[in-house]
Amino acid sequence: MHNILEVKNVVKQYGDYTALNSVSLNVPQGSIYGLLGPNGAGKTSLIRIINQITMPDAGQILLDGEALNPSHIKQIGYLPEERGLYKSMKVGEQCLYLAQLKGLSKDEALTQLKYWFDKLEIKGWWDKKIQELSKGMAQKIQFVVTVLHQPKLLIFDEPFSGFDPVNANLIKDEILELKKKGATIIFSTHRMESVEELCDDIALIHKSNKLIEGKLDDIKRQYRTNSFEVGILTANVEGLMYDLTQKFTVGQTQFKSLNDELKLEIQIGNATPNDLLQILTARGQVTHFVEKIPSAGDIFIKTVKEN
Amino acid sequence: MSTLSLIIKREFNAKVRNKSFIVMTFLSPIIFAAVIALIVYVGSLKADVKQIAVHDESGVIKGELKNSDEYRYVDLSTVDLKTLRDSVTSEFYEGLLYIPKTDSLKALEKKVEFISNDSPSAGFIGSLENTIGQKLTYANFEGAKLDTAAISKATIDIDINLTKSTGEKSVKGLNEIKIGIGFMFGYLIMMFIIIYGNMVMRSVIEEKTNRIIEIIISSVKPFQLMMGKIIGTSLAGVLQFLIWAIVGVGLMMAGTAFFGVDASPTAGMSPEVMAAAEQNMGTAELYIREMWNLPIATLVVSFIVFFIGGYFLYSSLYAAIGAAVDNETDSQQFLLPIIMPLIVAIYIGFVTVINDPHGNIATAFSMVPFTSPIVMLMRIPFGVPVWQIVLSMVLLFGTFLGIVWFAGKIYRVGILMYGKKPSWKEIMKWINY
Repeated sequence: MHNILEVKNVVKQYGDYTALNSVSLNVPQGSIYGLLGPNGAGKTSLIRIINQITMPDAGQILLDGEALNPSHIKQIGYLPEERGLYKSMKVGEQCLYLAQLKGLSKDEALTQLKYWFDKLEIKGWWDKKIQELSKGMAQKIQFVVTVLHQPKLLIFDEPFSGFDPVNANLIKDEILELKKKGATIIFSTHRMESVEELCDDIALIHKSNKLIEGKLDDIKRQYRTNSFEVGILTANVEGLMYDLTQKFTVGQTQFKSLNDELKLEIQIGNATPNDLLQILTARGQVTHFVEKIPSAGDIFIKTVKEN
Repeated sequence: MSTLSLIIKREFNAKVRNKSFIVMTFLSPIIFAAVIALIVYVGSLKADVKQIAVHDESGVIKGELKNSDEYRYVDLSTVDLKTLRDSVTSEFYEGLLYIPKTDSLKALEKKVEFISNDSPSAGFIGSLENTIGQKLTYANFEGAKLDTAAISKATIDIDINLTKSTGEKSVKGLNEIKIGIGFMFGYLIMMFIIIYGNMVMRSVIEEKTNRIIEIIISSVKPFQLMMGKIIGTSLAGVLQFLIWAIVGVGLMMAGTAFFGVDASPTAGMSPEVMAAAEQNMGTAELYIREMWNLPIATLVVSFIVFFIGGYFLYSSLYAAIGAAVDNETDSQQFLLPIIMPLIVAIYIGFVTVINDPHGNIATAFSMVPFTSPIVMLMRIPFGVPVWQIVLSMVLLFGTFLGIVWFAGKIYRVGILMYGKKPSWKEIMKWINY
């Protein structure tokens, strides 16, 4: 698959501190790519280098096969984590200014702005000053400014922070629509549920190094432990436990349910789920049977703790 | 439109549309004019005529004291001294001049009294002493049978004429006028740097606190943004200065018409020049000719060059400071080293240039890039060799390029640093980031 962005052995140092230690990434075209990592891992440093805000000390970055150069600024849309707008400037004027800085002509900018202001139902805000808007409203404007010049690569750093659930959902739908139209999206966040929901690919950066990269599903497969979460109603708990421990590793677990059943986590190793089910059905009524697939959050925590 | 001109346009618009900017633009000349008008008005008020009672037992002085706008002398030698003292106490008279009867006039030297409950001005007492002293001296001359007319004729009052080696006549007080002109230009540059440098700094801090900075520099180079900001702000500043000048001149003319204040060139002259002018009707022309002899073209060209060089030098430092800090309060410690050279330059101008415009100190400080815009402009009216002006400009622009590069580095790193106040040491490290 074609990679729209290739980061090759990028190094960035601030004085004695190494922010990025030879990091390489490949972002496939048309994907939503989750850039994950704890605070201070080096995500923002990398994003700033991709946006040509700072220069790497070593390494190379290719956008669509070309070495990164100033003409690429127009092809990237960036929504920083630390974001804001001129408080005393009118919304419309401000959007026009920022669009023109990205290289749009005034007419192009007006056409695009009309489209987005209609779409997000914010037409009435044109002559308002930012200081008259709520934080969530200002965030919508920032989103519009980011996508206005129809960039092929979009970088969102914590895009949902500051949004209420309704608006967060609205922005999420817009992001998915942009993807459908062919844009590639790099998505840096701590919110694992949105990673789970949106991302096709992920990379995990920790302490200036990349630890994991790949398709989210592949990574999950790597991290699966063949464990099952089981709920069972049985009169003979001891008998059941005896049967299970003969063959599998068994532990207690917790999950939400309406029954007052026995809740177990069972690792089946090389056996099949059917082997487990046979034992269970022989001893009682199965109310719950789910494979424990590691979530992006589990993988994140596990990897960070191990390193 | 290029990104730089977009930024300049936005900065300019943001400044001139700002309410406080508009208010300041039109209010300051009015306040300034109002203060001047008040001073002129108060000065032009006729003080009440003060009555001075004169009790002259010697009989020499009475009738010799001339009434003025301020003081009226009333001869009350016949009235009892005690009654007069009471009338001073009751404030009917401002004061009582008492000249006692003595054996000889010489004995009066320490005997004349002025009785008043206010403290009379030194000038008034001085003139009284002069008049009385002169009168008594002449009375003594007459007593000694000396020819007072001959003495008057023999008295010599010196008034030194100033002439140049070319034989051209010169006017007194020209030094003050020259420093005045130089000072005006130098002061203008300093005020401009402080007012608009601060404005650049505030606008950088605003972008940082608004958190719009990262959005903008993902589209433009930080250096472009910094330069656009400095240029846009300075254009707004030039506009404001022009409006001040126009409104100022307008108000001055209105004031002149209204108060009938003498706004002719002689108004600001020192008393010596005024006296000279009275004696010699050609002095006014001399004065005007001297003004035209000033290196006006050099002054104007130098003003523009030093103004641009000095302003960019300092305002890029202001921008760097704005980038390094999170709020205006934190900027104070960094501002001091910037303000210091400006203040030093003004003092050098006041103290050194006026006394010795071509001395070592004045020359040195007119070369040092941080003080040269002010000190050199103060020196130019006194005539500075062209090579010195050119060297100073070269030094200024060389340093200016270095400082803008340096400030650009700090700016680039600083604008993305949130939430902490850096130390000087840390800022220096940013150069290598």
